[in-house]
Amino acid sequence: MRIKLEARAHTPAAVVYATPVVAALLTAVAGGVLFAALGYPPLQALHAFFIQPLSTLNGLAEVGVKATPLVLIAIGLSIGFRGNVWNIGAEGQLTMGAVTGGAVALAFYDVEGVWLLPLMTLAGALGGMAYGAIPALLKTRFNASEILTSLMLTYVATLFLSYLVHGPLMDPDGFNFPQSRLFHDSAILPVLGFTRLHLGAAVALFVVLAGWFVMARTLIGFQIKVIGLTPAAGGYAGFSQKRVVWLSFLVSGGLAGMAGLFEVAGPIGQLQPSISPGYGFTAIIVAFLGRLHPLGILLAGLLMALSYLGGEVAQIELGLPLAMTGVFQGMLLFFLLGADVFTRYRLRLGSPPAAARVAAAADKPKPAGEAA
Amino acid sequence: MDQFVNFMVIMLGAATPLIFAAVGELVTEKSGVLNLGVEGMMLMGAVAAFATTLTTGSPVLGLIAAMAAGVMMSMIFGLLTLTLLANQVATGLALTIFGIGLSSFVGQDFVGKPVQAVAAVDLGPLTAIPVIGPIVFGQNPLVYLALAVVAGVAWFLYRTRAGLILRAVGESHHAAHAIGYPVIAIRYGAVAFGGAMAGLGGAYLSLAYTPMWVENMTAGRGWIALALVVFATWRPWRVVAGAWLFGGVTILQLHAQGAGIAVPSQLMNMLPYLATIVVLVVISRDATRIRMNAPASIGKVFHPER
Repeated sequence: MRIKLEARAHTPAAVVYATPVVAALLTAVAGGVLFAALGYPPLQALHAFFIQPLSTLNGLAEVGVKATPLVLIAIGLSIGFRGNVWNIGAEGQLTMGAVTGGAVALAFYDVEGVWLLPLMTLAGALGGMAYGAIPALLKTRFNASEILTSLMLTYVATLFLSYLVHGPLMDPDGFNFPQSRLFHDSAILPVLGFTRLHLGAAVALFVVLAGWFVMARTLIGFQIKVIGLTPAAGGYAGFSQKRVVWLSFLVSGGLAGMAGLFEVAGPIGQLQPSISPGYGFTAIIVAFLGRLHPLGILLAGLLMALSYLGGEVAQIELGLPLAMTGVFQGMLLFFLLGADVFTRYRLRLGSPPAAARVAAAADKPKPAGEAA
Repeated sequence: MDQFVNFMVIMLGAATPLIFAAVGELVTEKSGVLNLGVEGMMLMGAVAAFATTLTTGSPVLGLIAAMAAGVMMSMIFGLLTLTLLANQVATGLALTIFGIGLSSFVGQDFVGKPVQAVAAVDLGPLTAIPVIGPIVFGQNPLVYLALAVVAGVAWFLYRTRAGLILRAVGESHHAAHAIGYPVIAIRYGAVAFGGAMAGLGGAYLSLAYTPMWVENMTAGRGWIALALVVFATWRPWRVVAGAWLFGGVTILQLHAQGAGIAVPSQLMNMLPYLATIVVLVVISRDATRIRMNAPASIGKVFHPER
């Protein structure tokens, strides 16, 4: 008698939505074990990580602040991931958006006007979009792996930002510190009350709804899904893979650029060498954890934002290193990917009965690797 | 002449971690598995080598620890992609994210501490030969080891039966399975080898190239190694050529500053990444060549239909 994996012809919705929850719970358990192994009180550490940040209004607002870029980027990425296009350079597109949008803010330094923020946002989105267009062009024109080119461009973007704040955009009165001037009031996003929760969060919510509408209700959303599932069928139906590459890079690049601008025009308020604790990479986890579904991404974004915040709280309260956040995020994705097997296969002990064999043969789904 | 010697020594050194990581990944990919977690495995190798060498005083143990760390990381990947049939691209990304976090977590107590670097070999009169001596006989032992590994891999893949089977598995897992080869077991082996070599590449960084531990010290070399495999069109010795090319770019960056060329350091530091993109574009534009050389089953999940 052996345990075998048998392909499912149909995946129950309950399984699809249960796996992220199971993965999150497994991560908490594994995290507790890890804390205990390192000599920290596990329950107290988990409490500091996942409960304590939510116990104050300010903490809740901070979750929103950190979820904003994650959700914005993940919505864009999910379009590509559905279509089998792997933009993993969102961190670079975020950086370029912050640069172009921030440059507009600095160009109009001391100029008042309600038009300034929309202009900056537009510049940020266009900057991210243009930067995302590079891997799209290299993929569609030269067949170069978008995974590698977009990732390489992230390093380039970070170095470019560093060059700017050490040189052309350095604050002239800043005692040679590598940072730009503080943005003027007109170039800072309005916030909610005394918190740091800014207007970008509302934009992110809007993007979630727009993303849901496009994927569920429009032809282009349908085309992306078909191409992702079976590129050949998409081709016969006249949907072009190249178009999906372009679309997903322009949208995800634009949203990442906007997220970058919101960071510098929101919580940061200036350009500095480091503007993101890896939001562009964490957004990849958010997209998967949210099942590439806009509403799921919203929830996943909030959870991952909590892991950033919890990392900070645990550092202050228990002296846990901040790197713990990355460990948690990686573990969560592992557990999710591992648990995912049950959405596509079911466990079967011994050999399957004849009826199931016939049914499976008649309706054999493609192996997941070729589809997903 | 001194400058030429200097150039060659630094170039060979800068190329070595790339050779280790890329040749390991090459074997993994030849078996039909795409592991994008090289960067994470290298970082774990780097921190394991550093911590072990610092606490035991033995660089040999450090190298063994690096390989063990790389293998353990690769086994997480193997378990998820080979046994649980998870998507390889997503799992590889997760492995890198996890490795970056875990290595900085493990390494926090070692930041800024000095370690006895693995010394370059000194063969006395041989090393004393002008020009050729320091280049051919005066390198770090790991530089020679990397080349030996490439030679071993080239021999294994193209001159042994086991290598032929591994390539067959990478070309068509269903055919190999039908003949009766244990596809999953062979792939586990190839993935483990890739992990061990990525670990060694990381160890070279933290024990020899810049003997210290810094968070994220691989700085994208794992990704460059992945690009090198494509550049090499999956041939072992071309990996060496590619790595030397990148070593040369690294030098260019150092020498331009030394020669007083007034380009900001940040812009010079972009060179290796930009070079990677250029090289990828040049190689990949010929789609037929990639199709002819890439293992046909790469990145695909293997699930035997009973």
